[in-house]
Amino acid sequence: MSELRVQVEGIGAWTPHATGWDAFKRVFAGDPPSELPARPAATALSPNERRRAPESVLVAIEVAAQAIAASQRAGGDLACVFASAYGDQATTDYMCRILARAPAELSPTRFHNSVHNAAAGYWTIATECRAPSTAMCAGLATFGASLLEAATQVCADHRAVLLVCSDTVGVGPLGELIGCHLAFGCAMVLAPCTDQGALSLRLTTVAQAPRHSLLAPTCMKWMSENPSAASLPLLATLAHGGGDCVLAASDQLGLLVQTEVTA
Amino acid sequence: MRITSMPLAVTAYTATSALGLGLDAHLQALQQQRSGLRPNDFGPASLACWIGRVTAVESTSLPASHAQWDCRNNRLAWLGLNQDSFVARVHSAIHRHGTSRIAVLLGTSTASIGATEEGYRRLEDDCRLPADLYRPAIHNPHSLSAFVASVLDIHGPCQTISTACSSSAKVFACAERLIRLGVVDAAVVGGVDSLCDSVLYGFNALELVSPEPCRPFDAARRGISIGEAAGFALLERADALPEATQQLLGYGESSDAHHMSTPDPNGAGAELALRDVFERAGIAPAQVDYINLHGTASQKNDAMEAALVARLFPSSTRVSSTKGLTGHTLGAAGVIEAAIALLALREGFVPGNAGTRSPDPACTPHFAWRNEARPIRIALSHSFGFGGSNACLAFADTRR
Repeated sequence: MSELRVQVEGIGAWTPHATGWDAFKRVFAGDPPSELPARPAATALSPNERRRAPESVLVAIEVAAQAIAASQRAGGDLACVFASAYGDQATTDYMCRILARAPAELSPTRFHNSVHNAAAGYWTIATECRAPSTAMCAGLATFGASLLEAATQVCADHRAVLLVCSDTVGVGPLGELIGCHLAFGCAMVLAPCTDQGALSLRLTTVAQAPRHSLLAPTCMKWMSENPSAASLPLLATLAHGGGDCVLAASDQLGLLVQTEVTA
Repeated sequence: MRITSMPLAVTAYTATSALGLGLDAHLQALQQQRSGLRPNDFGPASLACWIGRVTAVESTSLPASHAQWDCRNNRLAWLGLNQDSFVARVHSAIHRHGTSRIAVLLGTSTASIGATEEGYRRLEDDCRLPADLYRPAIHNPHSLSAFVASVLDIHGPCQTISTACSSSAKVFACAERLIRLGVVDAAVVGGVDSLCDSVLYGFNALELVSPEPCRPFDAARRGISIGEAAGFALLERADALPEATQQLLGYGESSDAHHMSTPDPNGAGAELALRDVFERAGIAPAQVDYINLHGTASQKNDAMEAALVARLFPSSTRVSSTKGLTGHTLGAAGVIEAAIALLALREGFVPGNAGTRSPDPACTPHFAWRNEARPIRIALSHSFGFGGSNACLAFADTRR
């Protein structure tokens, strides 16, 4: 395929122990995460929406807002891609429990929060965004597939796109089966390549297995605990200002991502 | 910057719903205006409502090699793939392009959550999914697309779009972008959603489920009837296939930015999606011969959509909802109604707006209450989902 080229204009990242991009950069440098466990602030939502939204939405909104702030663009202008391997596992657990016991008692709010595009819905309402929004998944390849989707939108439509990829901790029998033990989210504002000195990505699909350079032990642990943390090899190259990695874009396909500073 | 879509040839398509298995069954039901809705007999404690059920799912089994994927939604997918020689057409495309040059892009709102619900009804020790359902592949929103890519042996990009009721319309947009940029040469698009308690009781909790067969655009409509369906289409570059007469001309997408579970009553977001499709497809509203409407029979959708039609189109544009026949097939609705629009183009007829006894006074003369025979050159399909996710598709018949 012809390669896709995009520039990275803003990055957001959050786990309960590293709540922003600067904290992630320290983790990439080998420091143990130092922050006390936190909840996502998600101040982009109105207080009312923040109360109604489940944690999965708060994590997604938090990293989205961080990336938008770093890009100095307006969130309401950007198309957005919200990705999550499992969606809201806690809401799915609630739904399946109540449906097994007393289906007529299902909460309408929790039902509408159960759709995979809940975060996209809350985000577009909060930012008054009428641009296209989407919500997707691709199993353990969710981050690579969503990066390909977002970059495809940037290159096909010559527009900036917000990419958000996040998963939260599973609970109940479903959580036991899936084994996602950490909340993790990341976001990037991607745009057509124009700026000198900007971080840019060259993407090519390849018949290769995922590979990356040596990462700090904390990163390896997070990658084993949350499918969205498959973004860490790329985030590390962005923190270093250069480098390559191959991400899974599907069960069969790799996505070679070459990061560089545009000369 | 103005972006023009690359026309894509629709080289194969198929539909399976309560109307039957495959395109012939759908065409016949549309011509006879025969509804597939029936009183709800799904599950042990059935809500008093009507559903569009595909009973053949229950006698369908997956190939033994794919037993780990077994669940109602993937059986429905397999049943759907095996209609209209669709699998053979995909194999021919794999032969032409190579297995890594084809994408699998499918929409679903709930994937195989029905299997997770079943697991929770018979937990082991009240904490663990039972052994026969202890299969990570199916308790996952990507279950459908991963199964379809595996069973068709396609190795290109594979993704699930899950934007509620616009899911399997938006996959056509994903395909056009990937093909235009040369990432792939072809795409299998589509969607599958199957009956499950989550949607029956979920929409019931929102007071959106009708106690009688749904009546889109009726003055006394009482809500939706939920259905299940599987639909697929094979999209390839049109310039390489001049003999293919049915094309995807373009698509439009937008967000409402209004409310999680009700459309913007002003239809501003839906109108943006339509203006996007006009621009990408290079068409004017007056060129649109038929629109298959979203038309769910909910109070708010139908009021918004009737006003939208009146505002944007001349009355030479004929419009109807076919959900009175199929039910609302949620994440599969986009592709099922794309298939109906393609049948209308192929056969030169406008399917009537089924299920309506007395039209809402807000409906203008655009509405085709009965079947109409007329040549159709350009047909649209509307899909508007929860979370304010809007998608519109434009198809053309190049013979006219």
